[in-house]
Amino acid sequence: MYSTRFGKWFIPVVGSLAFVYLLVPIAYVFVFSFNDGGKTNLQWRGFTWSNWTNPCGAPQVCQSLVNSLSVGAVATIIATVLGTCVAIGLVRYTFRFRNTADLLIILPLATPEVVLGASLLAQFLNLGWELGYWTVIIAHVMFCMSFVIVTVRARVAGLDPRLEEAAADLYAGPLQRFWRITFPMLLPGIVSAALLSFAMSFDDFIITNFNSGTFTTFPKFVYVAAARGIPAQANVIGSAMFIVALLIVLVGQGISYRRRKALAARA
Amino acid sequence: MSTTTPLPSGTRPTRRSQDLRSPEEVRAEKKRGRMGAWLILPGMLYLLLFFALPVVVLLSMSLFVKPEGGEIGEFVPAWKWDNYLIVWNAYWPVLVRSFVFALIATVVALLIAFPMAYLVAVRLRNYALLKGILLVLLIAPFFSSFILRTQAWKQILADEGWVAQGLKAVAILPQDGHLTATPFAVVCGLTYNFLPFMMLPIYASLDRLDTRLLEAASDLYAPPATTFFRVTLPQAMPGVFAGTLLTFIPAAGDYVNAALLGNNRNTTMIGQVIDSRFFRVVDYPGAASLSVILMVAILILVLIYIRRFGTKELF
Repeated sequence: MYSTRFGKWFIPVVGSLAFVYLLVPIAYVFVFSFNDGGKTNLQWRGFTWSNWTNPCGAPQVCQSLVNSLSVGAVATIIATVLGTCVAIGLVRYTFRFRNTADLLIILPLATPEVVLGASLLAQFLNLGWELGYWTVIIAHVMFCMSFVIVTVRARVAGLDPRLEEAAADLYAGPLQRFWRITFPMLLPGIVSAALLSFAMSFDDFIITNFNSGTFTTFPKFVYVAAARGIPAQANVIGSAMFIVALLIVLVGQGISYRRRKALAARA
Repeated sequence: MSTTTPLPSGTRPTRRSQDLRSPEEVRAEKKRGRMGAWLILPGMLYLLLFFALPVVVLLSMSLFVKPEGGEIGEFVPAWKWDNYLIVWNAYWPVLVRSFVFALIATVVALLIAFPMAYLVAVRLRNYALLKGILLVLLIAPFFSSFILRTQAWKQILADEGWVAQGLKAVAILPQDGHLTATPFAVVCGLTYNFLPFMMLPIYASLDRLDTRLLEAASDLYAPPATTFFRVTLPQAMPGVFAGTLLTFIPAAGDYVNAALLGNNRNTTMIGQVIDSRFFRVVDYPGAASLSVILMVAILILVLIYIRRFGTKELF
């Protein structure tokens, strides 16, 4: 009897505490974006709107944000295109070096970021390439692509091959079959893989730090600034990104909810 | 990458006579196989050039030597295996500490993540709206910069913060004690930062848990603990397995938490050393050999773990 009651309150209490643990730091970032703290933003000094009305007030904050957005967009596009092709190729076709290919995809996910960053840096030093925007892009595409392949591959494997066969029976050519049948069904998976890529690229610090030289992304800016004190404007950017991402997710949920409801109504 | 004729999985006709397909079909399938090769070639080439080859370069760089009278950052190819001995002797305690911190963070994250995932996936299964909101909150940390959140922990655990003051008030923490710049703060940060990676796979497993099995167990007079260990946990194992790997591997190599929340004495992690060997000391061979040691150590640990607990659904 005691143990059943124990189970009843244990899960909700521990689960709720875990949510608090997860969300308190985010709340701190948000609250301290309103801090009138000047250069160091460690202690609460009073409420102000000025950080939000002038988010580019601190030097380099906006430049690093623009850099991160640009790296994230370019790396995501390349990784999503290459990764989706690999995912389709791996599920639909058989190869001699299949296991090698699988290993090549999984290993980057099972290697710590320091090692990925260090080995790419060793490669760039060896080639004599100058570190900067493009070396960061190369690094980001590398680790994003594995995630894209794994995510999209699950989706391709779940496709019903009979739909394409039906299209072929109706005289649809291979290209038409792909763009009218396969691609639309893969699209949700591809979109979520792309969003994941962008989020990872945007928030990556360790690999970027190894391969960026003097080029500064937003996480690198925050990390370097942490030694002297992070300006409140960085918290504004962080909070704004959080709100935008949350809105995107909510809109996405709303769309799929509506679509499901419409489908149910039709059925 | 070369191509072969695609075959239905599992069957491999040994003799031509067993192949019942018409020549046209065989030719069409061969063409499809070639197209598949073109699909995966660019991506695979990319991974070869910017993942596999760099690892080889890292391996060779770990054996480089500094030439007599060479400039800073000038190293020449060699077979200096001593590099490994030197960095091992200097940094094995740091390596062990990194693994201990990562292990503690993984265990604590598992203990926190499991009830949380269970709450959302099983207990709230019939409350769609609440479940949806909590799911969004579960992935919320991915949307905000992890360095800013780590910095927030510095504020939360600061001497004048409510956590430290509260612990001092009930005398758990001595009056002159600190929470920041301690191993506790670093492990706390590691646990926090990798918690979502633990939670989401467990959630995915528990979401498929058939609750009728739990009812059946209790109908058969299984006490709740037995039900948990014999029914719930085995079903959640793929998620637990994936989650622990996704937490342990990045945590062992992480250095942001140690750098922001630690001190210079007893919290240094291996990632910090690799970083400073590369950029401050400009000892590329030393940094490369440390990276190789870290990579090999993690691979060995992960392989043992997969052998011991591995499920077919992952790897």
